[in-house]
Amino acid sequence: MEFFVVQLLNSLSYGLLLFMLSSGLTLIFSMMGVLNFAHASFYMLGAYFAYQISRYVGFWPALAIAPLLVGALGAMTERFGLRTVHKYGHVAELLFTFGLFYLIEEVVHLVWGRAPVDYRIPQALDFAAFTIFSTSYPAYRVFMMGVSVAMLLGLFLLLTRTRIGTIIQASLTHPHMVEALGHDVPRIFMLVFGGGAALAGVAGVIGGNAFVTEPGMASAVGSIVFVVVVFGGMGSLAGAFVASLFFGAIQTYTVAMDYSLLDLAARLGMGIAADSPVRGLLSVSVAQTAPVLPYLLMVLMLIVRPTGLMGTRET
Amino acid sequence: MPRIPVLFRCGAVLFAALCCGAAQAADPIVLGFVDGLSGSFANVGEAGLRHLQIAVEDVNARGGVLGGRKFEVLSFDTKSSAQEAQLVFKQAVDRGVRYIFQGNGSNVALALSEAVAKNNARDPGQAVLFMNFAAVDPALTNERCNFWHFRLDADSDMKMQAVTNYIARQPGVRKIYLINQDYSFGQSVARTARAMLLAKRPDIQVVGDDLHPMGKVKDFAPYVAKIKASGADTVITGNWGNDINLLVKAGRDAGLAVDYYTYYAGGFGAVSVLGEAGVNHTKQVTIWHPNIGGRGAAEHFQAYRKRFPEGREDLYYAAIRHGVELLAAAIERARSTEPLAVARALEGLRIDQDAGELYVRADNHQVIQPIFLSTLVKANGKDVRFDAEKTGFGFRTDARVEGRDTLLPTACKMQRP
Repeated sequence: MEFFVVQLLNSLSYGLLLFMLSSGLTLIFSMMGVLNFAHASFYMLGAYFAYQISRYVGFWPALAIAPLLVGALGAMTERFGLRTVHKYGHVAELLFTFGLFYLIEEVVHLVWGRAPVDYRIPQALDFAAFTIFSTSYPAYRVFMMGVSVAMLLGLFLLLTRTRIGTIIQASLTHPHMVEALGHDVPRIFMLVFGGGAALAGVAGVIGGNAFVTEPGMASAVGSIVFVVVVFGGMGSLAGAFVASLFFGAIQTYTVAMDYSLLDLAARLGMGIAADSPVRGLLSVSVAQTAPVLPYLLMVLMLIVRPTGLMGTRET
Repeated sequence: MPRIPVLFRCGAVLFAALCCGAAQAADPIVLGFVDGLSGSFANVGEAGLRHLQIAVEDVNARGGVLGGRKFEVLSFDTKSSAQEAQLVFKQAVDRGVRYIFQGNGSNVALALSEAVAKNNARDPGQAVLFMNFAAVDPALTNERCNFWHFRLDADSDMKMQAVTNYIARQPGVRKIYLINQDYSFGQSVARTARAMLLAKRPDIQVVGDDLHPMGKVKDFAPYVAKIKASGADTVITGNWGNDINLLVKAGRDAGLAVDYYTYYAGGFGAVSVLGEAGVNHTKQVTIWHPNIGGRGAAEHFQAYRKRFPEGREDLYYAAIRHGVELLAAAIERARSTEPLAVARALEGLRIDQDAGELYVRADNHQVIQPIFLSTLVKANGKDVRFDAEKTGFGFRTDARVEGRDTLLPTACKMQRP
């Protein structure tokens, strides 16, 4: 029971962090129709900016300033980069974001070096928030969850309850109509791109010190976010939310599953000879397959339901 | 396309003329540092490079070898990948490197060891010697040994023998959890720990045996919850780099009360993470730590802090210094810098270092030296004179195992050229 509850909390905090990343990515996808390969790079920039800023003015100002910087950078990327290559079609846009991913990684190498930087959680949050049975739960994780939930609520209210949200939703599906009504659609696209980048930036600020801030963090998290978005259905916020929590749970719970196909075979009464060539493969436990499981599930999803869990598009 | 190869050939001829024309007696002896300088383990690689630099500077300050020849360091980034290591090894050979230092990742070391053997068989005139300062997979000096490879650290089995001998005398240890990186070294730690514990303390229960992807896990909280649920009182881990730091960090956050028996907790950053929470509960098995006693250890430790004040790490890899000193002694003994002659001179060579005398075992090229088991405690200015990473906590020796007691039989069938 203790184990179950602790893992539930762990999976929630990880899943919510994933959602902060995938929500921006999936929004940008519905807007441009192109996957932004550089999205996780904004996550990394958020962490590095926060590290740099927190060295001068502390963590709290960094929590506000770093995402704003990342958001501004994202907006500029859309305004001066993507908008220019847009007329050459989707492939050009895709290649542009792909190149941007490598560019940002190299810039991080040059500025902060190749080794992890010493970005730590603030002293004020470095204590145990509460104890479940005998396991203490760190306050910083609670804080992470709080920030994620607050951002989600804000995003939800912004999209459904405000005028700008209505216009964004409208321009996602009917850009020409919105333009005809006198709204500046390119500007809205820029805002959405900047907003998505800023969300990734927030995730970077609070994820960078909970885990590790290093140049490889973008590619480490980039692939899993990609999987979340495809699995949840491209362009679907609700799908991304469900998929994020689902993969959060998968990654934390599979760690504890030491069962293998060999055990299953034994349970079914099929003995596998000790010198059988398939024995090595069968003895791989679920826990050991945890890192590939998300990709396997993504492939299965694409076969069974190419639009993803809640998506509507086939691309 | 015919023009480009010609140009290349001209360049190659020119380069050969330049390089070999200049190969006079006073030329520096180039040591290639071939290790992961980017990626998850970049901090460990960069620290290793600094260790090599200071060791080389010491030998050069004494006047070098063979009456004035100096050592020089060139670094090559393997990105901690076996494939990449083979590529940069070729680059290193092309740039005239005849001695390489590598340590991080036994998978990389095994690939390099084979690449070196192949290179030397194909082109004996460009033979290369491989000084391995940290890759401790026993295979390197057993079934997959080769003449050109020398291991400067004690291998994983030797260390595990010291750990299990110690645990055998601790009646409080009842349930042990093994958590290791999923590659040759981690697997070997887990396997040996099980076998040795079974032989020495059959009453101890191994309540968990996890292999996690190496350098990929950023959040160990799920593993810690699993350790907690298993009821373990002791954790044995061979994790290094960020994998040990993040493991103990997650353990501390969850209030996991276990004793850690580690290979690398004294390495880079783990003590800073653990702080007070690790005191009395964190042990490491190493060939050196600053508080082993004696003048050498203290002087080397202080010199390192002074030389690299900006670095976050302290002196850790005594094996790198040993490697440079052994090379210098072997070059003097052979009166030559030819890797084949130096390799022969290394066999059976004895030198005095911080912990006493060490020597190179001739039958498998393993360096034999004392091994220390130590515990993290508060620095007290006496037997724990130096702290780690300026935390106020340092390691105190619990047991010193003499070199002769670390000897293990070897499966190595050395092919000599």
